[in-house]
Amino acid sequence: MSKSVIKTPPKGGFSFDLCKRNEMLAKKGVNPPSFRKTGTTIVGLIFQDGVILGADTRATEGPIVCDKNCEKIHYMAPNIYCCGAGTAADTEAVTDMVSSQLQLHRYHTGRESRVVTALTLLKRHLFNYQGYVSAALVLGGVDVTGPHLHTIYPHGSTDTLPFATMGSGSLAAMAVFESNYREGLTRDEGIKLVTEAICSGIFNDLGSGSNVDICVITKGGKEYLRNHLQPNPRTYTSSKGYSFPKKTEVLLTKITPLKEKVEIIEGGDVMEE
Amino acid sequence: MASKQPENSLLSPESDSQRTLYPYVTGTSVVALKYKDGILMAADMGGSYGSTLRYKSVERMKPIGKHSLLGASGEISDFQEILRYLDELILYDNMWDDGNSLGPKEVHNYLTRVMYNRRNKFNPLWNSLVLGGVKNGQKYLGTVSMIGVNFEDNHVATGFGNHLARPILRQEWHENLSFEDGVRLLEKCMRVLLYRDRSAVNKLQIAKITEDGVTISQPYSLKTYWEFSAFENPAQGAIGSW
Repeated sequence: MSKSVIKTPPKGGFSFDLCKRNEMLAKKGVNPPSFRKTGTTIVGLIFQDGVILGADTRATEGPIVCDKNCEKIHYMAPNIYCCGAGTAADTEAVTDMVSSQLQLHRYHTGRESRVVTALTLLKRHLFNYQGYVSAALVLGGVDVTGPHLHTIYPHGSTDTLPFATMGSGSLAAMAVFESNYREGLTRDEGIKLVTEAICSGIFNDLGSGSNVDICVITKGGKEYLRNHLQPNPRTYTSSKGYSFPKKTEVLLTKITPLKEKVEIIEGGDVMEE
Repeated sequence: MASKQPENSLLSPESDSQRTLYPYVTGTSVVALKYKDGILMAADMGGSYGSTLRYKSVERMKPIGKHSLLGASGEISDFQEILRYLDELILYDNMWDDGNSLGPKEVHNYLTRVMYNRRNKFNPLWNSLVLGGVKNGQKYLGTVSMIGVNFEDNHVATGFGNHLARPILRQEWHENLSFEDGVRLLEKCMRVLLYRDRSAVNKLQIAKITEDGVTISQPYSLKTYWEFSAFENPAQGAIGSW
């Protein structure tokens, strides 16, 4: 490979410098650490007044469940939320980044953010990284032009759909949507259908599990129903609690607080601006 | 330059050309469930040659003997070979002329042995089979995969049906379904498969097996719905996007 004579400054995007080294290491048997994937079921649907997003709450690291109750519905703007599947770090980082960009844009224009703005910012970023940012997203929100629901794939392609599912449990959830979705659902029917689809993913897909999170977005505002349904409660806890075996004698009990307790100031939801 | 030798040195070079390496003409999913009087099974009539839909009238469900019905997905030529094996099996059974006949459980066991032994020789029959039947009032529904995994259950599916149809069946199947309810449930599953499986074709047959015998319906097609308003103008919010 001939070196270029003119030294160009490094442009943005993925640096492929270490790929050959990684390949060589993998051949020798040194594998990179596995990613924390969200191995997920995420869904969204449009009902008569807006958009409903749903997600399960299991995060996996290979075969192990590393987080039983993680949050997969991320805040983008007061009227836009985004569910993320794929590598957890990628979905968190990309949604955080676009959320800040949208905030700056809101200050600049003085107007409510539009869903297509978030869509374009996300797809431009993901395409730029050629699929290496492994984030598959379901973006939904209501703006002045109406309710919108989009899916965004890791390589940067997008779809505009009346109902969408992503993640490893997407086929199980899509089976429920394809057989039961119709236009003009009411809020309760929509929530029930989304819950059914996520439960289908939770019980039929190994990468999804634990609880169901729902987010309902309408023109009036949003409703974030964290752990709306908990179909996997812990059923076998011992009622007696844990106690030390009889042999351990308690000689002395002395509690020394390390620092004064910090006062938590009320007011201001973390999710609001 | 290292030559591409497989890790497993038990395979001699000549045997490579005689083993099944990949399927050529394939059928997609088969879905089946137990209902009040017996078994209902549905399969479409498509035979795909890679990504081309080459054959559109392939019957992937066949009656076996008096008591069983076999549905197959995967390589069509291997399915035809299995039918020949079963023909011979049923023939020998009839020749005994002892008033006894092979029921679905026995045929399922035979198929499991055949599939597993072929996979052990690294020369599999590239099919996922669904075997259903009724004998002496007992309903039986089982499945065998190409590597010999076999089990029986109240509802089974092969291929894509496992991901799309079984969640629906797990939620909506119950004991003693009537014939109409069973057909409606199967059609619901086949419709989802039609929307979401790229090798599905809208021409399907539903087969019924009861104590009285096998009935395979004439081919027909399902109604589909494409009139969602979001499909009509997806770029409504942003002209120029899609």
